Amino acid sequence: MTESWGRYPQATHAREVPLAWRAALLLPATRPLLAYGQGRSYGDSCLNDGGTLLRTAGLDRFVSLDPQSGILRCEAGVTLGEILRLVVPRGLFLPVVPGTKHVSVGGAIANDIHGKNHHRAGTFGGHVRRLELLRSDGQRLELGPGDELFAATIGGLGLTGLITWAEIALRPIPVAAVRTEAIPFAGLDEFLALSDESDGQCEYTVAWLDVFSSALRGIFFRGDHAPGSPRAPRARAAVPLEMPVVNGATVRAFNAAYYAAQKLGGRARLQHWDSFFFPLDAVSRWNRLYGRRGFLQFQCVVPTREALREILRDPPPSPLTVLKRFGAIPSPGTLSFPRPGFTLALDLPNRGEETFAHFARLERLAIDAGGALYPAKDARMSKEAFARSYPRLPEFARHLDPGFSSSFWRRVTQ
Amino acid sequence: MKVVVLGATSAIAQAAARIWAERGAEILLVARDPQKIAAVADDLRTRGAQVETLVQDLNQDHPGLLERAAPADVMLLAQGILGDPQRRDTDPDYAELVLRTNLVAPVRLLTLLAPHLRRGACIAALSSVAGDRGRAKVGVYGASKAGLDSMLSALRQRLGPAGVRVLTLKPGFVDTPMTAALPKTPLFASAAEVGAGVVRAVDSGRDGVVYLPWWWRFIMLVVKSLPERVFKRLTF
Repeated sequence: MTESWGRYPQATHAREVPLAWRAALLLPATRPLLAYGQGRSYGDSCLNDGGTLLRTAGLDRFVSLDPQSGILRCEAGVTLGEILRLVVPRGLFLPVVPGTKHVSVGGAIANDIHGKNHHRAGTFGGHVRRLELLRSDGQRLELGPGDELFAATIGGLGLTGLITWAEIALRPIPVAAVRTEAIPFAGLDEFLALSDESDGQCEYTVAWLDVFSSALRGIFFRGDHAPGSPRAPRARAAVPLEMPVVNGATVRAFNAAYYAAQKLGGRARLQHWDSFFFPLDAVSRWNRLYGRRGFLQFQCVVPTREALREILRDPPPSPLTVLKRFGAIPSPGTLSFPRPGFTLALDLPNRGEETFAHFARLERLAIDAGGALYPAKDARMSKEAFARSYPRLPEFARHLDPGFSSSFWRRVTQ
Repeated sequence: MKVVVLGATSAIAQAAARIWAERGAEILLVARDPQKIAAVADDLRTRGAQVETLVQDLNQDHPGLLERAAPADVMLLAQGILGDPQRRDTDPDYAELVLRTNLVAPVRLLTLLAPHLRRGACIAALSSVAGDRGRAKVGVYGASKAGLDSMLSALRQRLGPAGVRVLTLKPGFVDTPMTAALPKTPLFASAAEVGAGVVRAVDSGRDGVVYLPWWWRFIMLVVKSLPERVFKRLTF
């Protein structure tokens, strides 16, 4: 059964077609198509209920790498982890990485992903120089910044056609370790002060929040590439089967323990890039901890501190809550999610109506404040919310490939 | 190290070649489709290999192959097709095509190239668990692999004294374009996993028959030991 990372909603696909060669043509299709890479979108933007999935994991070849200029060209199914494995020993790094390295390049572009350095580097799409788009009518288009269809494809949720390859500008890093600081804080004011202080100095910043603590305590992480060779993370643990262990008590205990551990760990340390950027990758298939019904993530961006304060006044019991300030670098995609303000992500186990009610309330708060929700994480957004928070939707719709669609797209537009 | 990959667009061959590429190997790729072979070559070059390509239908004659392949340390024979089950069982020409691709061409290639391998070289050939016992579901594909197994076994005896190792590699179900039409069960391994197994077998310095993953050896031991009157009633 092909699922998204949150495992909600479930979808039944009429066909799944593994793609192996970027030069191959798409077969004539009677049902809507959608590319599916690593399935790391949380909701239904990577699903196509009743339609056909084009599985891109087999498009996993590099095309070229110029170590001098740091220009990498690769097929769309290559994962960011594979890229890092290739380029870190050559003194290069991806300009933007999300919270997991197990996403494909095609997915990173289609969701115009962001990372802990958004305030410095903007989104992933801003570092894409060229890409090839294969449309359902057989047209093969090479696109770049300046093309309207390129802008629609960045953050375009896979709806403008199939990305077959892309060219990315990597950044040189003389050193592969990360010097990090973990700073405990209590309350939003302290978070804001730390953000003000750190975003100017540090390449990477993000905060973790314990929503169960009355004072809204948390840990502010900041980091920069630095010399050193700390040990790579040890062999990964895995969650071998359904283990529904996420509940009120375990979540409360986990948050308290995590806070204590970070506080005890000391402020400054030298970390391997893998464990700094991708701590959750240490446990493969961690989504199974939420059991068969899966979980949902609410990720929004709101423009002001007041709006953020309002949303955090009465947060739902989220096991993992992450907060970061986005910078002012404009996102390149017509439908890109990141915009100036604060982005907050909360995970909630799927308990049906009770959970959906939390989402509806949070959505209202975010959208009324002029914010937006992140399609890559979404399973619940209303049609109205989507239209209000993505004002360039009509412009985007002109570039849709009529042969492509997704469960998400049908849910928020029909 | 020089590696020659015959049937270089095979998913398992690509996975193995990536590991050799990261070690900086010199790799000669031989396959029929110019576009696909170019895609594989670019990938391996980017990963660190020195790559040459030879576009050639291995079911036909092999002009220039011996000269280009001659000083190989490793020869990976990876060409093969599973074939469409329906056509395989009803169309004689198609059945012959499966045999030509999986057995006749490999035998011709081995006959052409094996005598020129130097002491210390290794022939690694992709056979299949399907060669261990004929089953309705694999038909002539199984027969082609059984024939290949026999050829490899003979070569192993013949070339052993000359210091050339012969590895018969027997993957089970592997998630590749070849098996795209089959429903995926927990028995499936990834091409990357099996490709890594191929490289491990070559690195081991041993010869013989290697199952990939290893536990297929025990499954096939059971399959091979079933009496025919029981086996013929099975539908797996």
